[in-house]
Amino acid sequence: MSWEPKIVGFLCNWCSYRGADLAGTARMKCSPNVRTIRVMCSGRVEPTFILKAFQLGADGVLVLGCHPGDCHYTEGNYKTLRRMSLLKKVLAQLGIEEERVHLDWVSASEGDHFVSIVNDMTEKVRVLGPFRQNSEEEKHG
Amino acid sequence: MAKLKLALYWAASCGGCDIATLAIGEKILKLAEAADIVFWPVAMDFKYSDVEKIPDKSIDACLFNGAIRNSEGEYIAQLFRAKSKILIAYGSCSYEGCIPGLANFFNRQMIFDRAYVETQSTDNPEKVYPQSKVQVPEGELEIPDFYNTVKTLAQTVDVDYFVPGCPPEEKTTWLALETLIEGKLPPKGTVISHSVKAVCDECPRIKKERKIKKFYRPYEIIPDPEICLLEQGLLCYGVATRGGCGAPCPQANMPCTGCYGPVEGVADQGAHFLTALASVIDSDDPEEIQKIIHDIVDPAGTFYRYSLPDSLLRRARIK
Repeated sequence: MSWEPKIVGFLCNWCSYRGADLAGTARMKCSPNVRTIRVMCSGRVEPTFILKAFQLGADGVLVLGCHPGDCHYTEGNYKTLRRMSLLKKVLAQLGIEEERVHLDWVSASEGDHFVSIVNDMTEKVRVLGPFRQNSEEEKHG
Repeated sequence: MAKLKLALYWAASCGGCDIATLAIGEKILKLAEAADIVFWPVAMDFKYSDVEKIPDKSIDACLFNGAIRNSEGEYIAQLFRAKSKILIAYGSCSYEGCIPGLANFFNRQMIFDRAYVETQSTDNPEKVYPQSKVQVPEGELEIPDFYNTVKTLAQTVDVDYFVPGCPPEEKTTWLALETLIEGKLPPKGTVISHSVKAVCDECPRIKKERKIKKFYRPYEIIPDPEICLLEQGLLCYGVATRGGCGAPCPQANMPCTGCYGPVEGVADQGAHFLTALASVIDSDDPEEIQKIIHDIVDPAGTFYRYSLPDSLLRRARIK
């Protein structure tokens, strides 16, 4: 069987998950590579979740929240923005390509935007290939 | 009561943990009353063969400091696991990898290139690297195999307890020794320290949840002695670090660097600190955020200063 990118998607309950739902009910075509996890707010997504996803075999991680200014909890998505900016610098030092982690904003009415983000990310991760954690380095102890 | 049989060993470490053991001061006399030391390379002359000869489980407890960096450390870890009833990862190196664990940003070849070829003081035009085995007229000489990845003690063998710190504070060391002497053993896997909460809990500085626009390195400012160091823009690790040390660093006007490891229940200390740090940045604007975090030099090396081998990803990927 040929390899398909495995992407873990953390979607906020109030905007992005509903945007994804809309894409589904509107029968829009979308890459099936994102495994969705619904969280109450993108601010719930700790960097630990993202590292854990990679540790358990994800090839990419997608985090979607409400547009800035639209957060159901006023400023959860701003916290996410700050965290993800910092996390990206750390991941680069750990040798994880920038395209493997993506933060974006999707509102409840943006089914089409959700589809384009998912398709776009799937293709980027497909080009990068599987995320193999340290196979070469682990051999010698 | 028969005296306890105690062994101490150092693998990839600086020797500070052995000195920290002596920092218990006059309590060492109490220790000498209760225990016989059967192996301690830094202080007494024993050979590995002495340990190989004794029966399995005949040592009551082994305080093992140092990370596992090469085949020798790995072999001795297995040896002491077999010979000891209780194996304790003593100090940050054996508990989480610590400073030697920062080598996990590189691999064996990169480290050899740097150490034996590139350093300014090295003259090695023929690029001679250390070999595990070499033939000389007198026979074959052998040195341990150097591994690509530094491992913690618990990633190498089964470990009973952990003692945090780089090096462990005197009171933490004594807590561990007292536990052994009195035989009141906590559940397996316990991190032996006076606290399960963060260093902030023991730090007397005033916290006002102030947000910041600029990060500083310790040499750039003289911080106010009363106010929280993180709120003054210093990367103080107290929020993400287990207490029990008594917060000596913040009280000496220096930020905590995180040597006591993660607080109870946290899987990845670096990611935990990153989360806390992102919360104090005073900006909602992507460009300004980038500008503020630009001042953090070497974020991964700072966040994982003591815990890279014990983190979720354990090491950097090398392409």
